Amino acid sequence: MNQKQKQNIQLPEGSLGKQTSTLNLGPTHPATHGVFQNILEMDGERIIDAVPTVGFIHRAFEKIAEHRAYYQITPLTDRLNYCSSPINNMGWHMTVEKLIGANLPKRVDYMRVIIMELARIADHLVCNSVIGVDTGAFSGFIYVFEFRELIYEIFEEVCGSRLTTNIGRIGGFERNFTDIVFQKLDHFLKTFPKAMEEFETLFNRNRIFMERTIGVGGIEAERALNYGFTGPNLRATGIDYDIRTAHPYSSYQDFDFSVPVGTTGDVYDRFLVRNAEIWESVSLIKQALQKMKDLDPSVFHADIPDFYLPEKEDVYTKMEALIYHFKIVMGETDIPVGEVYHSVEGGNGELGFYLISDGGRSPYRLHFRRPCFIYYQAYPEIIKGSMLSDAVITMSSLNLIAGELDA
Amino acid sequence: MLSNEYIQKKLIDKFGEAVFQFSEPYGMLTFEADKENNLKVLTFLKEDPELMFTYLNDETVVHYPDAKGKELAVVYLLQNIYAGIRVRFKVYTDIQKPDVFTATSLFETANWLEREAYDFFGVNFVGHPNLIRIMNVEEMDYHPLRKEFPLEDQTRIDKDDDMFGR
Amino acid sequence: MRPVTHNTKVKMVEAPVGFTGEGFFTTKLSEAIGLARSNSIWPLPFATSCCGIEFMATMAAHYDLARFGSERLSFSPRQCDLIMVMGTISKKMAPVLRQVYLQMAEPRWVMAVGACASSGGIFDTYSVLQGIDQVIPVDVYVPGCPPRPEAIIDGFMRIQDLVRAESIRRRESDQYKELLNSYGIQ
Repeated sequence: MNQKQKQNIQLPEGSLGKQTSTLNLGPTHPATHGVFQNILEMDGERIIDAVPTVGFIHRAFEKIAEHRAYYQITPLTDRLNYCSSPINNMGWHMTVEKLIGANLPKRVDYMRVIIMELARIADHLVCNSVIGVDTGAFSGFIYVFEFRELIYEIFEEVCGSRLTTNIGRIGGFERNFTDIVFQKLDHFLKTFPKAMEEFETLFNRNRIFMERTIGVGGIEAERALNYGFTGPNLRATGIDYDIRTAHPYSSYQDFDFSVPVGTTGDVYDRFLVRNAEIWESVSLIKQALQKMKDLDPSVFHADIPDFYLPEKEDVYTKMEALIYHFKIVMGETDIPVGEVYHSVEGGNGELGFYLISDGGRSPYRLHFRRPCFIYYQAYPEIIKGSMLSDAVITMSSLNLIAGELDA
Repeated sequence: MLSNEYIQKKLIDKFGEAVFQFSEPYGMLTFEADKENNLKVLTFLKEDPELMFTYLNDETVVHYPDAKGKELAVVYLLQNIYAGIRVRFKVYTDIQKPDVFTATSLFETANWLEREAYDFFGVNFVGHPNLIRIMNVEEMDYHPLRKEFPLEDQTRIDKDDDMFGR
Repeated sequence: MRPVTHNTKVKMVEAPVGFTGEGFFTTKLSEAIGLARSNSIWPLPFATSCCGIEFMATMAAHYDLARFGSERLSFSPRQCDLIMVMGTISKKMAPVLRQVYLQMAEPRWVMAVGACASSGGIFDTYSVLQGIDQVIPVDVYVPGCPPRPEAIIDGFMRIQDLVRAESIRRRESDQYKELLNSYGIQ
């Protein structure tokens, strides 16, 4: 009997003398939201070491971008952080506008702020409710997804799609905000705060949630900076670095908002920082709507005929509009040669676009500075010495989005 | 007060002729150095008490197939998050011997960024703790983001190139 | 005592064709089993990217997938009936998908949700598998990028039709064995 067993099982070298066990937290796992593999060395329930593997959803965005025109890259950027895809779209449009040197009217900036903050609310709602699901509290998820549906309806009114929005164009938006959009925004702003308060009362002072998340998955500010953290994960460690205040874009300097900051960088702090950011976003949307009241309501794009498609009625009747349309679609416009880097505050931190243009129809090189990829490197260090269930909660609190990791 | 001219002056004072090609595309100071000096420049930028570029934002590679002898450019994007200033630092290397010193001893961020650069372009980072492929399958034997390789998988049978306009 | 009110608005599934009598009902075995199976499918959500988020919206309260009997999402392939592949499958992930499929017990169904799972989607690149039917046999394809929750529910209802109408001898038939052999699965 023992002889037969020894023949069938092939153990790796040195494994009989090993005191630890190896667990494969594999690419398909209910708790890893996205495809990440971690090979854990465990001593009972404690984790000694972790080796992450990424690349299970590598879609070669940077290579595709070298073969597409500038306006065709927007649907690609959608699929980076797909929980808050309008922010990625706007970031890409702002990069191209920086390259061509376009100035946008204020109303377009405020419209962009509204859309970006709605997307940020949607992203943080997913992350926080999923932290709840991982600790066993399913109801928060159900409450909060009703409001994601309201946000999806607003996106649908503006651009036609719910999740991967491809919203906006280089120079503004494809259509003006209709009355229905404003009505839906008002409805959202009226009903959401009450639901958010209910969500907070479910979790913030909940004894079980606090015991599971305080002190778990923490990282110090110095190590976080060395690892290149940005976004809510960095702000939870105590450093108030927010791209919206450090390198303002899209008229964020006109707005009055504060940047919430935590202390220890553990899961509870990240949860609270994201909740506070949701409240800040609601306030930003209200301020933007207020500011838009004094501006000319028919303006929704900049006057850059070289890059912004003209109206279809003009294309069929006027000569110049026809020529501009042809030039833009066929890629004959003169794009400046140069290299530009622009970043926006995405749901996870600094999403940067490094664009090198050689004057042709497609970029020569486009590199995405993806926040998830950069801070996931710190994961083995964060979970060393913690228990397996804590490792799972840490992963979901870092808000790892597989598409953005390109993994 | 930290400004692009001041950073340029400090760099030239310290390194003289080893840093060159200063330019400011779209407001970001960009300069180059030889690949032997890349760690020295990065250490100076990180540890100088006035400059304090302690944050490595991004590290990537660009392939210029026409520039013989300098085909692969390793681009570092450094940031001083206290003053909000960014600096771009480029290092060129030959494609036949793409050896560049690794920045992982200075910045932990560079670990996976360099693995990605190795996977896509084949730049060999000397001294890297774990330089293996990160995004693609391990059995892949070429570096896909170089300009000579096509985007599409050439072995696929269901997509007809004529119909797709290729 | 609280008066009992009979809920006259409950929608029930239609009974299969059969012969009714005083206290008994006869029908074909496959129809009875099909009725039971199709209204209690336990899916395995193999969510990799954006379509996974639309699936989360489908499971949430607005477009409830639990109405169709799939309240319990099983994450173990040994206990599930239907694997819903949602999102892009890259060449690195394809062996994992195949291993999960091989671990499923008969009868098993596969639903490819989204353009990437059906045919590679917008990612016609060197690293993306151009459709999961390169590695496993698929029953229903749901197009869209990402498909609306209504489309996912529609695909689910097509799977229910397939399950209801399936003959109980299908999984041992030569045709099915030939299908699996063409994928290299024994």
